[in-house]
Amino acid sequence: MTKQFGRREFIILGSTAAGSVFLKACASSTPTATSPSPEASPAATAASGDVIKVGILHSLSGTMAISEKSVVDAEQLAVEEINNAGGVLGKKIEAIVEDGASDWPTFNEKAKKLIDQDKVVTVFGCWTSASRKAVLPTFESKNHMLWYPVQYEGQECSKNIFYTGAAPNQQIEPSVEWLLKNKGKEFFLVGSDYVFPRTANTIIKAQLEALGGKTVGEDYIPLGGTEVTPIISKIKAALPNGGVIYNTLNGDSNVAFFKQLQGAGMGPDKYPSMSVSIAEEEVKAIGVEYLKGHYAAWNYFQTVDTPESKKFVEAFKKKYGDDRVVNDPMEAAYIMVYLWKQSVEKAATADDLEKVRTAAIGQTFDAPEGKVTMEPNHHISKFVRIGEVRDDGLFEIVYSTKEAVKPIPWNQFVADTKGYACDWSDPAKGGKYKMT
Amino acid sequence: MSALLESLFGGLSIGSVLLLSALGLAIVFGLMGVINMAHGELMMLGAYTTFVVQNGLKKTALAEVYIFFALIAAFLVTALIGLLLERGVIRYLYGRPLETLLATWGVSLIVQQFVRTVSWQFVIGLTLFCLLFFGAFWILSRRPDFERIRGWVIGVMLPLSAAIAIVISFILGQTLKLAVTKPWFGTQGVDVTAPRWLRGGLQIAGGYQLPYTRLFIIALTVACVFGVYWFLNKTPWGLRIRAVTQNRSMSSCLGIPTKTVDALTFAIGSGLAGVAGVAVSLLGSVSPNTGQAYIVDTFMVVVVGGVGKLIGSIVAAGAIGTISYIIGSNALGPLVSFSPALKSFFEFFASASMAKVMVFALIIVFLQFRPAGLFPQKGRTVDA
Repeated sequence: MTKQFGRREFIILGSTAAGSVFLKACASSTPTATSPSPEASPAATAASGDVIKVGILHSLSGTMAISEKSVVDAEQLAVEEINNAGGVLGKKIEAIVEDGASDWPTFNEKAKKLIDQDKVVTVFGCWTSASRKAVLPTFESKNHMLWYPVQYEGQECSKNIFYTGAAPNQQIEPSVEWLLKNKGKEFFLVGSDYVFPRTANTIIKAQLEALGGKTVGEDYIPLGGTEVTPIISKIKAALPNGGVIYNTLNGDSNVAFFKQLQGAGMGPDKYPSMSVSIAEEEVKAIGVEYLKGHYAAWNYFQTVDTPESKKFVEAFKKKYGDDRVVNDPMEAAYIMVYLWKQSVEKAATADDLEKVRTAAIGQTFDAPEGKVTMEPNHHISKFVRIGEVRDDGLFEIVYSTKEAVKPIPWNQFVADTKGYACDWSDPAKGGKYKMT
Repeated sequence: MSALLESLFGGLSIGSVLLLSALGLAIVFGLMGVINMAHGELMMLGAYTTFVVQNGLKKTALAEVYIFFALIAAFLVTALIGLLLERGVIRYLYGRPLETLLATWGVSLIVQQFVRTVSWQFVIGLTLFCLLFFGAFWILSRRPDFERIRGWVIGVMLPLSAAIAIVISFILGQTLKLAVTKPWFGTQGVDVTAPRWLRGGLQIAGGYQLPYTRLFIIALTVACVFGVYWFLNKTPWGLRIRAVTQNRSMSSCLGIPTKTVDALTFAIGSGLAGVAGVAVSLLGSVSPNTGQAYIVDTFMVVVVGGVGKLIGSIVAAGAIGTISYIIGSNALGPLVSFSPALKSFFEFFASASMAKVMVFALIIVFLQFRPAGLFPQKGRTVDA
C-alpha cells in the first residue's frame, strides 16, 4: 500500500485543493454580489481614512445559520441605507462579515480578529446567549462595543454591550399575564436544553406562582433533537383536558414538536401554545398547516401597521426577494445599526468608544415597531405584542401594549436578583446595584 | 391496558424511525464495513427531494399522493449520489476505515454547505467549470502524447476554466441580480407538509390517538425491511452481495464483479437513506442540519444490533425505541410508586435529554457484556 508520492498524485491532490478553493470562491461570490454594492464605494474614496469599519459577527454555517443569516441580511440592509444616505460623519460604513460557525470558541476568536486585526469601531453580532457569553470577556477586557439584537433571558448588563432585543419583562412576562387572563391557569413548559429556556422557565414558574397559575410539568429536549413522542405523551398525561403549552424550544426541534402535536390530535383549541422563538421565518419553515391558531410573543411582527414598518418590509423585499419575510430579531438588528449611527453622530467620533457609549444613552429611533429609546441600562424600551398565526403564515396581532415597555434586565421574580438594577449613566451605580 | 398499548406504540414509532434510518447504514456499514458519516446527509437530501416533489406536484391532481412519488424520487436521487460518492471517493479508501470516516465526514460538511448556498449562479458556475475542464481534458486525452503533457494540461486548464467560470458567474450575478443569486433552499429550513390524509390520527379508546404519520412510517419500515430481505436472499445480485461480504477474494476468483457489487451495495444503502429522509420529513424539520440529528442514533442501532446482521438492527431499533420511550415518558413511575426513592430516580431521568443519557449508559453497559452486539457474526469471516 505504500506508494511513492509521485508527480501524478501531487497533481491530483493539487487539483482537488484548487477545486475546493474554486468552490469556496464561488460560494463567497454570492454574498459579494448582494452585499452593499461594491460600485457604491468607488476606488477613489476607498482609502482607509474615508471609511468606518464595523464588524458583523454571526453564524453563517452550522446549526444556528438557520436564524442568523437573515439577521445579517437586515444589518447589511441598514448599512446600505445609511451609506446611500451619505454615510456617518461623511464617511461610508464598511461592514466586515465574519462567520461564527455556530461554535462558541470560534465566536470569541473572530471577535478578537475583528477588534485587533480589522480595527473595527463596533461589532454587531451573536444570537444565542452562549455565543454572547463566549465573546463577553473579550469585549470587556478590550473595553470594546457589541450590539446584540436578540431577545434573551436577561440577568446580564454589561457596559460593553448594547441589547436591542427584548429583556424578559418585554416578552415573556407580559405573554404569561396575557395567557393567564385569556387561556387558562395550567401551564406545561417545553424547552430546548440550554441557558435561555432554563432561565426563562425559572422566571415563568416564579411568575405563575406569584400570579395564581400552576406549572403542571416541565421538559427539555437536547438542542436540535427531534424525538418528541415522550414529551407529547407527558403533556397529554399532565393536561388531559387541555391547557397552555409554553414553548421555548429553539431551532429544528420546533418543527418536530408542532408536526407531532397535531398528529396526536392536540390542536390549539384545547392546547394553545405560546412560543418565544417562532417568528415569520420559522412559520415558513415549519409549515403554516401545523401552526395555525398558535401564539407567539414578540416586539415586532411583519404585520405591524406603522409607516416605518411598511418602509422596512418594502426595502427588505426589494433587496432580497418578494418571498422573504422580516421578523423581530431582524427588526432589532436593523434598529441597532441606526442607533449606533445616531450615537456616533452625536458623539462626533466613531473611534472614541467612551464618548459613543455616553451619547448612545437616550437616543430615540422611530423603529418599525414604534418609537424606541436607549435606556441607561443599555437595553431599549420596546413594544410588546402577541400574535396568532393566520392562514398566510403571518401573525394577526391580538394584543399590543399602548406604550413602549421599559427594560428590566435583572429579574424581579428571581430571588437572587430581586431588587437589583443597572444604570451606566451614573458611574457610581454601574451594572448591578441595589435599588433603594 | 391503554397505558401498555401507549408505551408499545410509542416505542414502536420511535423504533421504526430508528430502524428505517439505520437500514441503509446496516447495509453499507454492516455488509461493506464502510463507516459512512455522510449517511445523515443522504437522508437530508432525501428530505429535500420530498420538498421539491411536493412543490412540483402542488397544483396538479397528484398533490394528495405526492408522498409516493417522493419516495421513488428520493430513492433514485440519493442512490445516484451514493453511486457518485462510491465511485468518486470511497472506492479509493476500502480497507482504511479511519480515512473513510474522515473523508465521508468531509463530504457531509460539503453537502450541508452546498444545500445552504446552492443557487442558479452557483450551479451555472460549477457546470461551466466541469464542462470546460473535463471537456478540455477529454479532447486533449486523445492526443498520442497525452501521458507526457498531462501535468501541463491540468496545470493550465484548471486555473483557466476556474477563472472563466468565476468571471461568468460573477457577471451573471451582477446583471441578473436576485434571479440567479437567490439560494434555492437557503439556510432556513423548508416546510414539508404531510398530505391531508396523513394528518390527524386514528382515535382509539381512552382518548388516545395514533398519528397517521407514525402508522405510515411503521408500514414503510416494514415494507423496506421485507424489500431488503427479499433483495438480499432471493435475487441473483443479492446472492452476489452476500458472497462478496463473506469472502471477497474467493468471490472475485469465481467471476463475481466485486467492484460492481460494491457500487450497487453502496447505492442501495444510500437509496434507503433517501427513503428514510422522506419519512423523517413528515415528523421533523427539513433543514441542512437534519442529517446530524440522526447519524449518532443510526450508528448506535447498528452497533448494538451487531454489525452485518439485519435482524440485529431490527431488534436493536425496537429495543432502543421502547426503552427510550419508557424512560422519557416516565411510564415506569406509577409502577414503582411503592418506593419513593425509586420513583424519584425515574422521575429524574424522565426528561428528553436525561432519557438520552440513560439510554447511552445502558448501551455502554450492554456492550461491556456483548461487545459484538446482539447478534454477532460467527465463523471465520469475523477475523477477516
